Amino acid sequence: MDLRRDVFQAIADPTRRAIIALVALQAMTPSAIAENFDSSRQTISKHIQILTECELLKQEQTGREIYYHFNPKKMKEIADFIEPFRNLWDDRFNKLEAIMKKYKSKK
Amino acid sequence: MERKTKVHAEDGKQELQITREFDLPVELLFKAHADPEIFEQWMSHEYGTTKVLKLESKNHGSWQFQTKDPQGNVVFGANGVFHEFVLDRKITRTFEMENTPFDVQLEFLEFEKLTDETSKLNMHIVYKSVALRDQILKMPFASGLNMAHNRLQDIVSKLK
Repeated sequence: MDLRRDVFQAIADPTRRAIIALVALQAMTPSAIAENFDSSRQTISKHIQILTECELLKQEQTGREIYYHFNPKKMKEIADFIEPFRNLWDDRFNKLEAIMKKYKSKK
Repeated sequence: MERKTKVHAEDGKQELQITREFDLPVELLFKAHADPEIFEQWMSHEYGTTKVLKLESKNHGSWQFQTKDPQGNVVFGANGVFHEFVLDRKITRTFEMENTPFDVQLEFLEFEKLTDETSKLNMHIVYKSVALRDQILKMPFASGLNMAHNRLQDIVSKLK
């Protein structure tokens, strides 16, 4: 399995990036994560599962609750750090381009 | 889909370059940075709505925006001043993330006409130190995503 490619695929999705951003700040339960999104619990669980499979998130049992932690070891090279940053800007700029194309055709 | 945006960050330097070509005339690319309503649209996403509080598009003008989550909590805020604002060509501004310990960064945005219908944006960002640049890159997506300030404060103090 090409794990590295999987990590990049995992962070290519904006919802998954947002989940990492949340969990990186504080370990969270799946329901606490889901509260931050409009998507269904099921959709968010699927995203958490993908992030866990490629080891960007780690599970930890605390009492009866499962908490998810961010695993920064998976993103240790500077190139790895840049990739999510680049994706963030690419998403923004794609949106900018789409909005301005519409704006242009309205004029 | 191919990623059109390029990010260049050399090891050991306190700066980075973001470049991107757009299928837009340079005037429209610039307008997206100068018009508050348009800026709000492309800086918002499903988990956060961005509101421009101030955007004075002129030399020495200042700017401020805030992103709120669907529950109405402010999750991200940033502000700065425009040092230079040259229509359709250049914006030099400072950028400071609010309620974080990160020092202000300096940003040079150059808007370049390629053809009548295409253009290029070159963003050059300078940080206070190499360590700060790397830290901001390592904080996943520190520059704009869903980020509660108190949590950010927590994690950053742990990093120190």
